[in-house]
Amino acid sequence: MLAGIYSLLTAGLFVVLDAVDVAFTEAAVGGGISTVLLLGTLALTGDTAKPKQGRWRLALPVVLITGGALIYGTLDMPRYGDPEAPIHKHVVPRYIEESPKETGLPNIVTSILASYRGYDTMGEVTVIFTAGIGVMVLLGAATRRRRKPDDEGGDT
Amino acid sequence: MKHHLIPRVVSKLVIPPILLFALYVQFHGDFGPGGGFQAGVIFGAGFILYALLYGVENAQRVAPPAVIRVLVALGLLLFAVVGVFGVLLGGNYLDYNVLAHDPVHGQHYGIILVELGVGITVAAVMMTVFFAFAGRGR
Repeated sequence: MLAGIYSLLTAGLFVVLDAVDVAFTEAAVGGGISTVLLLGTLALTGDTAKPKQGRWRLALPVVLITGGALIYGTLDMPRYGDPEAPIHKHVVPRYIEESPKETGLPNIVTSILASYRGYDTMGEVTVIFTAGIGVMVLLGAATRRRRKPDDEGGDT
Repeated sequence: MKHHLIPRVVSKLVIPPILLFALYVQFHGDFGPGGGFQAGVIFGAGFILYALLYGVENAQRVAPPAVIRVLVALGLLLFAVVGVFGVLLGGNYLDYNVLAHDPVHGQHYGIILVELGVGITVAAVMMTVFFAFAGRGR
């Protein structure tokens, strides 16, 4: 539930940052589908957890050090909206000036994703495809129909 | 969730616009915000909402698992085949300029087809994952 609320807030944040495409994705995936999948998993698994003693002694320093390193990494990032930031200097001016002429599309994000970075997008689709296949294999969605009824649940 | 009257009535009103909006995001994604991934996710979410409220069996009557499994692969294949067409027509792989006489039109066709492939795969994978999770409990 918290994850869903967090995703919805993040989607709002992306809208504020003018990243509407990302906001769409975050609202639909983070706020919708992954919340449903999380709740579904909770419904499938038991509602009691095996108590684990002393794990946090290792986990707490690891989390603190990782979080500290991430925050330290953001310190020398350019200020938000800084026109001198490296990302605005490299290939972005060329995309902004040339992509409407070369692809005829007003949405630069789409033209970059689908055309200039077509290989990357195809790799991403392959990742999604592989993930779907993995879930099918792990959860047995692909073989469910062919199994005999008395086999069902024998592997749990 | 058979007895939850208000969600059922509201979802009946909301699901068709969700699916329509997904198609709008899909095919208008090159002019407004959006694209294949967002459209696929929204489409999948609409189906998942339907399956949550009316049962997985009813949803699977609309979208049979066998068809969805084919669609998972079909979207990726569409993407790859558009790339191969670029090679066959004398360009590089995933070069859309050669798909039509005018490079700008070629880019347009290529992007629309590729985004459609992305959308099909994403929507089908989302539905497959949900059906796999939901079918596990029965």
